[in-house]
Amino acid sequence: MTTVQTSMPPQAAATVEAQPLWERLRTSRNVLALWFMLPAAAFLILFLAYPLGLGIWMSFTDERIGRAGIFVGLENYEWLWDDAIFWLSVFNTLLYTLVASAIKFAIGLYLALLLNRHMPFKAMIRAVVLIPFIVPTVLSAIAFWWIYDAQFSIISWSLIKLGLIHQNIDFLGSENWARGSVIFANIWRGVPFVAITLLAGLQTVSPSLYEAATLDGATDWQRFRYITYPLLTPIIAVVMTFSVLFTFTDFQLVWALTRGGPVNATHLMATLSYQRGIISGRLGEGAAIATAMIPFLLAAIAISWFGMQRRKWQQGSDND
Amino acid sequence: MTDSTLQSKKIVAGAQALAQTDDTEGMSYLESLPKRLVTLYLPLFVILIVLLFPFYWMALTSIKPDEQLIDMNTYNPFWVVHPTLKHISKLLFETEYPRWLWNTMYVAVGATTLSIIASVLAAYAIVRLRFKGADAVGVLIFFAYLVPPSILFIPLASVIQAYGLFDSPLSLILVYPTLLIPFSTWLLMGYFKTIPYELEECALIDGASRWQILVKIILPLAVPGLISAFIFSFTLCWNEFIYALTFLQSTPNKTVPVAIVNEFVDGDVYKWGSLMAGALVGSLPLVILYAFFVEHYVSAMTGAVKE
Repeated sequence: MTTVQTSMPPQAAATVEAQPLWERLRTSRNVLALWFMLPAAAFLILFLAYPLGLGIWMSFTDERIGRAGIFVGLENYEWLWDDAIFWLSVFNTLLYTLVASAIKFAIGLYLALLLNRHMPFKAMIRAVVLIPFIVPTVLSAIAFWWIYDAQFSIISWSLIKLGLIHQNIDFLGSENWARGSVIFANIWRGVPFVAITLLAGLQTVSPSLYEAATLDGATDWQRFRYITYPLLTPIIAVVMTFSVLFTFTDFQLVWALTRGGPVNATHLMATLSYQRGIISGRLGEGAAIATAMIPFLLAAIAISWFGMQRRKWQQGSDND
Repeated sequence: MTDSTLQSKKIVAGAQALAQTDDTEGMSYLESLPKRLVTLYLPLFVILIVLLFPFYWMALTSIKPDEQLIDMNTYNPFWVVHPTLKHISKLLFETEYPRWLWNTMYVAVGATTLSIIASVLAAYAIVRLRFKGADAVGVLIFFAYLVPPSILFIPLASVIQAYGLFDSPLSLILVYPTLLIPFSTWLLMGYFKTIPYELEECALIDGASRWQILVKIILPLAVPGLISAFIFSFTLCWNEFIYALTFLQSTPNKTVPVAIVNEFVDGDVYKWGSLMAGALVGSLPLVILYAFFVEHYVSAMTGAVKE
């Protein structure tokens, strides 16, 4: 009896200290978490992180479709540096991003302010506003293609009937019209996203702030400038970061509308990368164009990140 | 009797009126009707017209006979005189459109299901298992959301080629989760954070395993979040273009957006009717889905941004 009693505590102590390996693995939170993370990690490593690295590597090779590449150093980049079409695509991308994002922000914020007011059928109007964002971009781009048609454009027809112009506008055939048309289609699709997300931000602003300001004699503009805008800044920063990123890397709208034409006037870096990499088969060069987008993306993320940090610092760090 | 019912009716009506005006109206009583007309209804009306016109035009074109499409002087182009279903029936019975619709549906459902499963597990691990480096993993997943497909499609094409998945819808089912998992994980992390710890602690004391807790306690409580993630992911899949364009080569394997752009564009002046019908039929499933789940969709969109 006594032997049993004395022998028990050391055994118990031993099991606590040195559990079998599988027992520790079964109960360890870290190991369990590893299993839980495995599916997501597998997808993201195999099809996101690895291709990201591979793309940068490919940009230093002369790989073509059907032929493995050899390392050529910076040759692709040197070639692009002297390529006027590449620089045109950089210019187009920046123009497209800046103009479209700025207008999307302005109209989106305005629409959000309108939708935030009291009106009949409020819920239904809000739901309807988002439809351009729901419909696949390519399919609405096809509708715009028809609206911009050189011969049967409804816009040209209406303007002629109104007596404002005398012949059809060649929306997608002349360089500046094509740029404008593509930017308009992008704005059309992006405004609902900006408006609805900013509206969600607006709804968190307490109405009593406005009531207090009104009692103090604040005008509409002052209420917007000193109440709405400061409280909305964090969400504006996030929404605009997303908007800029998605506009900068846009591909499908331009590809469906113009395929980069006329005379490369609407080629974005993404469409040029597809043109050179997949259609012409020069994978290395296409990868170099795609890789050249990365510094711009990092800059956009960094700007919004520091903007947010500054904001947090102003408002106190606990506030997020 | 009539007296009391009348009175109760009055009270009910008053309460209803109060409910309608209360809280939502705010300070709008300070504005006069003409001012509201100019500053609210007019701009809103113009914006709505611009936002919806392309759909009207799409729908109108798809039911317009060909001769009315190209003759804009005899017929008013904003209306249709003898609507026809010719374009839609041509689309459904003379092209491979049903096949493309099926492909799109198959890819969207497959990729979304895989992503939701992976995201639920990842989000639960990050929020509740609190393993070493959980926060860092959360941030990494957020950055994965910012990596755009247009810088990945070239290297991915060679990865897909190497795995022997080229020209197969399966390649899209495997690749789309990289777009969906980061977003869904962040969304679900937000939902899981709102579920009280105490529920889990009770279950742990009663001897439930982590798996049982996830399946029997967390998931039933996170159903709205799951629906949001599902709807949003499904829409993203349907909308995706560049990967589908790069990976799918043969006509019967294409998804709707790729097929519309490549298969209908033949220089024919009469292509517009079936092209618009194709765009309309391709958009309808999403619009119908959206109509049923507006709230979930909006909460998914705004939730992911707010996080």
